[in-house]
Amino acid sequence: MLDQVEGSQAIAHAVACCRPQVVCAYPITPQTHIVEGLGVRVKEGSLAPCAFINVESEFAALSVAIGASAAGSRAYTATASQGLLYMTEAVYNAAGLGLPIVMTVANRAIGAPINIWNDHSDAMAVRDSGWVQMYAADNQEAVDLHIQAFRIAEELSVPVMICVDGFVLTHAFECLDLPEPTAVDSFLPPFVPRQRLDPEAPLTIGAMVGPDAFMEVRYLAHTNLRRALELIPAVASDFNHQFGRQSGGLVAPYRVEDAGMVVVAQGAVAGTLHQVVDDLRAEGLPVGALTITTYRPFPLDAVRSALAGAEQVVVIDRALATGSGGFLAADVRPALAAGVPCANVVAGLGGRPVTQASLRRCLQGAAGPGLEPLSFLDLRGAVLEEVLQ
Amino acid sequence: MFQVRIHGRGGQGVVTAAEMLSVAAFLHGRDSQAFPSFGSERMGAPVVAYCRIDSAPIRIHDPVAEVDCLVIQDPTLLHEADVFSGLHADSYVLINSERTFMALGVEDIARGRRLERLLTVPATDLARKYIGRPVPNTALLGGLVAMTEIVPLTAVLAAIRRRFEGELADANAMVASAAAAYVRAEREAARHA
Repeated sequence: MLDQVEGSQAIAHAVACCRPQVVCAYPITPQTHIVEGLGVRVKEGSLAPCAFINVESEFAALSVAIGASAAGSRAYTATASQGLLYMTEAVYNAAGLGLPIVMTVANRAIGAPINIWNDHSDAMAVRDSGWVQMYAADNQEAVDLHIQAFRIAEELSVPVMICVDGFVLTHAFECLDLPEPTAVDSFLPPFVPRQRLDPEAPLTIGAMVGPDAFMEVRYLAHTNLRRALELIPAVASDFNHQFGRQSGGLVAPYRVEDAGMVVVAQGAVAGTLHQVVDDLRAEGLPVGALTITTYRPFPLDAVRSALAGAEQVVVIDRALATGSGGFLAADVRPALAAGVPCANVVAGLGGRPVTQASLRRCLQGAAGPGLEPLSFLDLRGAVLEEVLQ
Repeated sequence: MFQVRIHGRGGQGVVTAAEMLSVAAFLHGRDSQAFPSFGSERMGAPVVAYCRIDSAPIRIHDPVAEVDCLVIQDPTLLHEADVFSGLHADSYVLINSERTFMALGVEDIARGRRLERLLTVPATDLARKYIGRPVPNTALLGGLVAMTEIVPLTAVLAAIRRRFEGELADANAMVASAAAAYVRAEREAARHA
């Protein structure tokens, strides 16, 4: 059903359609509206028998989700920024225990200095924790990815993190196709846990593993996570078959076929980037874009094949690995053929808008004089000079 | 694409106004997108919200740079930096004031522009009268569509009825209609001035 709704409310609707049995979360901007939407549904009874568990922190929120999932429930939580960092230990535990929890991260910067606005620093900080990590390019994809996430999580028995740009998507009112619960029921079977904690049939999960087996445990987790590279396109294809639209998958190429320059990005900057690509192409500059939907496991082969024809690559990072550069660029570089120049542009930290005008200037610069290997979009040079003097 | 920017203060329903306008456009069969530019959310702090309306799907997610319609919900913001940024020669400006546009001390904005696109409406006064509270957003929405005709007033009234219930919906619908009538009269007067 088409409706004009806020991104957060649409995500709450999508999660509700997946019939979670336990929802637990601690509020943090800009995630709040999502869990409020679920809290309302639990209270009015429309999600019965789902329990909404109030907790005292993000660490508790994910710990409760871990307990619920280990006991055989479909569990969901959501967080952002400092909240994600506060639950980091549990983030690793959820992955290590192979629990198919789904979590939304409403991407927001990390302090200090404190900042409530959007970038990808939070999710990047836990990118290697063993979760599947996917980034929504727009609110329709945010809705659809949540429905796909439970399928992926439960088929592989791994947790899935769906990253949604804070404010830019979570607080945007847009026309979205909200799936019917019955359609989701036929796409997503009820959760059948691989194993579950049951006092009648006791078992131990998460026992200590020593040097004799720890590497093997990690190796198996790595191999299992890599299976997502086959499963995710299959789930996206099933989804397309049932709901009639392309959402999810590993990567989303846009006009790359005959592009001399391809711009790689993640998240909600995609739509703005596509507009700039169209505008520049109309002016004769053969540009394309590649959106990385699945970031972990990293789809190296899909990226390599999408960039095979590119003579020049620009990677836009919405987070900074301080002292190094962009995270995404470091992942993309091994996918490039020898000699293909790759410029890394760090953009939109702490909510600085990534505008059409700035992207346009940046790409015209890349096509003309070229970009530094690492540059920062719209850096305020005058302010820096003043401070550095 | 038609792009609106609304300035106001926390508590004046700035974000709600942009959302209701996007719902009105949706109900009218257009694609639309409303989004806020939040500071730390608190009563009285300056708030900006945007709304885009188009007949084609909207995919961009950057802030509105070029403004087709500017709404200022709180006249105390008139002299803040950048309130009038992004206007072009044919932009509409609607200000919440009981005074006329030319009596607001921002006459330089009027230079080279059509006066029937620079209007005021006493939205706070109308809101007090119809709703009993000084929340000017629905009056300004009524005024906005009367001035720009970007969507019909009936679509705004339907959006109001989706947002509010019962007497509050009635009162907001009435204040939007009253403001629309006021703005239509002002626009005609400006055309013939």
